[in-house]
Parts: sequence; structure tokens; C-alpha cells
Amino acid sequence: MSWFRRQKAGILTDTRDQIEIPEGQWEKCPDCSEPIHRRELEENLLVCPKCGHHFRMDSLGYFRLLFDDEQFELHDQNLFAVDALQFLDRKPYTDRLGDAQRKTGMNDGARAATGLIGGHGVSIGAMDFSFIGGSMGSVIGEILSRSIKRACEREIPLIIIAQSGGARMMEGALSLMQMAKTSAQLTLLEEKKLPYFVLLTNPTTGGVTASFAMLGDIHIAEPGALIGFAGPRVIKETIGQDLPSGFQRSEFLQEHGFVDTIVDRRELRNSFIHLLELILEKD
Amino acid sequence: MAKNSERPLLEFEKPLFELEQRLDEMRSVNEDTVEVDLSDQIEALEKRVAELRESIYRNLTRWQRVQIARHPLRPYTLDYIDNLCEGFVELHGDRLFMDDPAIVGGFVKFKGSRFGYRDRTVMMLGHQKGRDTTSRKYRRFGMPNPEGYRKAKRLMKLAAKYGKPVVTLLDTPGAYPGLEAEERGQAEAIARNLFEMSRLPVPIIVVVIGEGASGGALGIGVGDVILMMENAWYSVISPESCSSILWRSWDHKEDAARALKLTAPDLSDLGIVDEVIPEPTGGAHHDPEAAFSSVGLAVSSWLKKLEKRKPAKLIQARIEKFDRIGPYEIRNNGQAAEIHPPTEKSAEVNSATD
Ligand SMILES: [Zn+2]
Repeated sequence: MSWFRRQKAGILTDTRDQIEIPEGQWEKCPDCSEPIHRRELEENLLVCPKCGHHFRMDSLGYFRLLFDDEQFELHDQNLFAVDALQFLDRKPYTDRLGDAQRKTGMNDGARAATGLIGGHGVSIGAMDFSFIGGSMGSVIGEILSRSIKRACEREIPLIIIAQSGGARMMEGALSLMQMAKTSAQLTLLEEKKLPYFVLLTNPTTGGVTASFAMLGDIHIAEPGALIGFAGPRVIKETIGQDLPSGFQRSEFLQEHGFVDTIVDRRELRNSFIHLLELILEKD
Repeated sequence: MAKNSERPLLEFEKPLFELEQRLDEMRSVNEDTVEVDLSDQIEALEKRVAELRESIYRNLTRWQRVQIARHPLRPYTLDYIDNLCEGFVELHGDRLFMDDPAIVGGFVKFKGSRFGYRDRTVMMLGHQKGRDTTSRKYRRFGMPNPEGYRKAKRLMKLAAKYGKPVVTLLDTPGAYPGLEAEERGQAEAIARNLFEMSRLPVPIIVVVIGEGASGGALGIGVGDVILMMENAWYSVISPESCSSILWRSWDHKEDAARALKLTAPDLSDLGIVDEVIPEPTGGAHHDPEAAFSSVGLAVSSWLKKLEKRKPAKLIQARIEKFDRIGPYEIRNNGQAAEIHPPTEKSAEVNSATD
């Protein structure tokens, strides 16, 4: 199969994809401590070749990985956050936004795309942790809501790729309401009986988990991803004892019944194609 | 109401408390001593107390409102149910794992006739805090486990089955951040409620009566209208946690409260809250009867409006209501930036007190 090589080419074409990896020729795997050459890591879809640790991948990386021939159309690239609260902590929200935009080259923490996966039209909304921790504000809510609407209008399946530290505090209650906004929109997709897959990546926490990320027909998680509602530190403080190892990781969630399947990123595209074929089969 | 001497005291109420104590002394002297008549002085002091309360409560900061929302004598969900309704049948359990006392609910006869509406059966449910050490612990301080949200979902679906409107009362410092809550899917339980509430085919009236902390509050907070009491707070995070994350210290809770714009007037300006329910001067805890009436009146007027809508219209309007929340800017090359949805009101947010 040739799709694998094509992805590799895609991964190498855009340096913005590599933002999560600090500069330098060699990376040390946080799991197995193995030094990995950057190029080798990129060629392996940001998965450690020795132990399989999944380094973080951004939205464009996933689009290239999942869509046929790396072909996709991006949407909603003209949406920007509004500082409705004129939020000021140690620094104004507008400065934080500006810094994140310069650092990532993105407007905000999500991208929307449509394209074909195994020949099936799919709408994807994907979050980016690199933009203020993937925190969900009004722009992310709107981009995901539009991804859902696009799936409804075109009558195609929806995939949401979750990657978020939780809420965008600087948007206060507006941030909170994005949970309701996206969940409400998903009822329309359900009504049309269109498939909805969630890909849970590291990390998926807080209000993102407690809304669209736990409402999929099928929940697919990358190995070892942190997935939960409350942060581990808060839980530890609440119960006053150490958390068991593997707590709130993909494997833990699968064991407790909240994740359907854990898929290695190198098999992800095949898995989606397989699922789409099973579900969309015409009698 | 508790006697002044037993009343838990908020810092900013101290001057008021001192005057009230003097008033109490004067009254007892007046009663016990035949030869002195202090009634003129008492009347003057009563007036001063009322004026001072009025002036303190007219200029509350956001942080002070958070403190009022957490006042240990503030009416809780069961107090509203007891005072606005009759014949409460509390329904327990999620039918899956257990009953969670941090959320209570059941069918009840809402006495709407007192407020120009009519008496009718509703499903009323809400977060429930405890009043003393034992009950606080039993109610987990109003912090639900997944079972609480799943019970709420079960009750709301029952309401839909029988065509009864739902009234939810929000008052929680957050969903419980425990190990077992995570194991049993706290996130999924909340998410599922957002989804099911969005498409419930009966009217849902949401009232924020105290603390509206994050997803734990929103988990029973999707509705056709969101009403909020004047001194309640509602945001994505508590001022304390916000302070600890953004200022890396617990000392900036007042700054955080200000930054988060978490009061009822703020949320009304942001287009989230449909109606701010006025509280008596001195807060709901100062005059609970007045607070009950205020909530009863607001709920009655919304029930009257919403009960006429057909389920399909109700659901459509509800989904659209939430889809409009959250402004963003559209920037196209060569064109002036447009803000969506248009928010004439957002400029007012910062002119509010504090
Ligand atoms: Zn490794």
C-alpha cells in the first residue's frame, strides 16, 4: 500500500507540524528514553519506533494522515477570538492570543476539513493542544459546531479529534457554554443517523471530555492518552493519596467502558477506512 | 432566620452586624426598663441599618457576590421545593449503580397560582448542599458523582414521558473530582446530560440559585431559558482555582472573580442568562421568603410562555439558543472584521460594578 509513504511526504512538507517537537536533531522518548532522530520520528508518524510512545500530532498532521492522497479542503480559517470579557490576569487575553497565533501560525485551537477517507466523504474537526493548551473557547466551539453542521448538510460521517487541556478560562462562562453548544448540535447529527467517531488523543480533559468527546458512536483512543474530567492533581488532592499507575489513560478508560478501541496511530487510517466500510455498506 | 448572634458573618457585613447588635441591645433595654423610652432612637437606628444594608448591597463587588452565593444560610434546592411546591415525591437512584444525594429531584405540585399562573405538576431537581457537618458530608457539599447526573437524566426522561415541564436548580461548587467518579465516567455522565437535555421534548427552565461551577453545574443546566439569581455566580471555574492557575497563587480570588465576569448581570450582558431574578436587599439568606417568591414568580412566567410551544419548536429554539452563544470575529482579506453573533450588549459588561 502506498498511502503510508504519502503521509510521510506530507509530514515532512510543513515545518509547522513539528512545533510540538523542540528544535534539535535528536529527541529523547519520554517513555523509553531512547534517543530518536527527528527525521526517523517524523517518518514514523511521531511514534517512538522502539516503544510506541505517541508524541503529539497537530490537526494538519491528522488531516494528512487520514484523508485519501493527503487531499482535503480546509474550512473556517477566518475565525478569530473576541475578548468579550476583556480578561486580564497577569497579562491580557489579547496578548496571550497574539503570542499563541505567532507561535503556532493558527488563528485559534482547532481546524475543520472535509475530504475522502477510503473514498467516503468525511467532515473532521480537530483540536490543537499547541494553541493555549487546546483550551475550548468560542472559536473552537464555532469551528466544531460548523463541522457538525457540514456533516449534517452533506450527509457524511463526522470525526472529531479531541486534544485539549479543558476550558478557555479567559472566556469564562462563554467557554463553558461551548460544551452545550457542541453537544446540542450533535443531536441533529444523531437525528440524521450519521456516524460520529471521536478520536481521543493526549490529552483530552475537562469540559471537552464532558461534552462532544464522550458523545461519539465509537470512541477511538490513541495508546496512553490522558483522558478524564478532573485533572490528576486535583483528584490527588481530593482523595489525599497517590493515584494508581495508568489512571485516566486510554487503557484505563477502555477497561472501565468509556473507550471502544485503542488504535496505534500507524494503523489509524486503516481503522477508520475499515469502520466506514462496515457502517456505510449499502444493502 | 437565625438570631444575629448565631449568624455566619461575611466580612463586608460586619459594619451592618455591629449596628444590628446595638439595635438589639437598645430594644432589650427598652423592653426591660419602664422608665426610659428609646423608641425614637430605635426607629432612627433601624433606618440607619436599612440604609447601610441598602448601600452595601447596591455596591457589591463580584467577589462579595460569590460569598453571598455560598452563604451557609442561603436557601438550597429542597428549601425552594418545600416553599414553592406541595406533595414532593423524591425519586432516588440512577438504576445503574446507586443514589447520589448531591442531586435531588422528583415530581411535585408547583404552586403557580400564587404567582398568577396555575398549580401544576413539574419535575423539579437540583444540586443539594447540606446545612450541618453531617449533612454536608452526606451531600458531598453539593458535588455530584456520575450517578447524580444519571439520576437527573432518568428523571428528566420521565418528565418527558408524562409531558411535564422540568425545572432545574443549580447550586454546586463543581462535579466531585474523585477517583471513583472518574472510573464511573463523570465526563460521560455530564456529556450525556447535555445531549439529552438539548433534545428533551418538554420545557426546561434552568435557575442558577447559588454556585454555578463549571461542567458540574452545566450537567443539569441546558434549557429553554437560563434564569439566574442576582447574587449567584456561574462560570467555567471558581475564582480560587482560576487564581491558582493563572496567578499561581490562591491570593487573587478577587481579581479572578472580577476577570471571570461571573455574576448574573455579567452573564445577562454576555447573552447567556435570559433573566436576572432579583434578590431581597441583604441577599436571599436575609429574607428567604422574598427569595422564594422572586423565583416562584420568574418560573411561573416562563412556564406560562413555554408551555404553549410545540416540542419540535421548543427543541429547535433551544439548540439555536446555545449555537448563538460565544462571539467570534470573521476576518476576510480586504474587509473590515465582523463580530458574530452581533453583540450590542457586550460593551456594557465592563461598566458593571467592580
Ligand atoms: Zn520510546
